[in-house]
Amino acid sequence: MVQGLNYLKESASQTAGPYVHIGLAPWAAGFDIYRKELGHDITGPNAKGERITVTGTVTDGTGAPVKDVLIEVWQANADGVYPGKGAVEDGFRGWGRIIPDFDTGVFSFETVKPGVVIGRNSRPMAPHLNLWLVARGINIGLNTRMYFGDEDAANAADPVLNLIEQAHRRETLIARADGNSYHFDICLQGDAETVFLDV
Amino acid sequence: MTPQELFQRDREWHPPAYTKDYKTSVARSPRNALLSVQNSDSELTGPTFGHNDFDPLDNDLIRNYAKNGGPIGERIIVHGRVLDELGRPVPNTLVEIWQANAGGRYRHKKDTYLAPIDPNFGGCGRTLTDDNGYYVFRTVKPGAYPWRNWVNNWRPAHIHVSVFGTAFAQRLITQMYFEGDPLIAKCPIVKTIPDQRAIDQLVAALDLNATIPLDSIAYKFDIVLRGHRSTFFENRPEGN
Ligand SMILES: [Fe+3]
Repeated sequence: MVQGLNYLKESASQTAGPYVHIGLAPWAAGFDIYRKELGHDITGPNAKGERITVTGTVTDGTGAPVKDVLIEVWQANADGVYPGKGAVEDGFRGWGRIIPDFDTGVFSFETVKPGVVIGRNSRPMAPHLNLWLVARGINIGLNTRMYFGDEDAANAADPVLNLIEQAHRRETLIARADGNSYHFDICLQGDAETVFLDV
Repeated sequence: MTPQELFQRDREWHPPAYTKDYKTSVARSPRNALLSVQNSDSELTGPTFGHNDFDPLDNDLIRNYAKNGGPIGERIIVHGRVLDELGRPVPNTLVEIWQANAGGRYRHKKDTYLAPIDPNFGGCGRTLTDDNGYYVFRTVKPGAYPWRNWVNNWRPAHIHVSVFGTAFAQRLITQMYFEGDPLIAKCPIVKTIPDQRAIDQLVAALDLNATIPLDSIAYKFDIVLRGHRSTFFENRPEGN
């Protein structure tokens, strides 16, 4: 025998199920209960930088849209600063909840484009949104990132994109740019399966 | 200063993505390996919430949607602490819960189970942990409900729980079960978890010491989030 390490174990994940909206977005479930529902506004009114719109669809292994998915976004401001790490604009939370249309599965949200964030060993990371997906049938929340299709040079040097061994799979994390609109589809499975991260 | 890195998530303790007996996971589970990424600020920072985001009744499901009386069902208190893997409390972190009513029906436009909606029960609550990581909710005990998986699957009584911690990579959603429920051992969603000890950790204990006599029965449910490493010796930057 040896001494016990006596660490606790992280509580095991369980699926958020089909009714996740009741808890995290009651208006989407069809009722009004809280004075102020969280997650509707990522940036607040005072955020600097380029206002952008992101649209897309999450699809399953059969190609069908995942209409009950809930996505959380976590991002830095236009200067590349995360709330809590440095000073950000008053009201900038950097976090939001995205609910697709229940009929089509298409999601759309507005935010500002984040700046370059300094990563490990002082290496810059290309502008990106951190995403976390939960839904019925997803046993543990899926982490991924969305990068921007008009940042070729920064993306080419990004330390996380460069960890992806198969170069063509890096494209699954890069949103298609059209002015200040970006399109980003997420595939849970299949030929175009998105790269998901163990963070 | 960058916050301390997190302990690696134990992927053998959590359910895998693909669990054939929970049928919805079959088409919704990534088949490629996850890309292992060492923590940066993108994972080690996370959103924070303040008391002005919430109202005093937000953690009282018996009163937060009451229209013309209280909800039907067993009155219960669910309380416990949010801890990290080092056993340290996680203060001021957001805990959100949602559940079916006493008949097993959710207030959701997509739930069509024949049990009735309770006009006085919303089924969601939220609270911040206190300085010691402690939280408490008052609610009614949710009913078991049938779901389409195999022809005759019933979910054990459960409360869905969402927790933040201080880092976005600590984000966790899980479910709380109730001591003594025979449906726990039969449930394909529970059994996505490979280790019985990890299942036991999700079963709240009947806590008679925390009951309010002649009023509400209590269950205790601690939630554990990933711990932070200690930095004994700094890594040298690569190439130096
Ligand atoms: Fe449920």
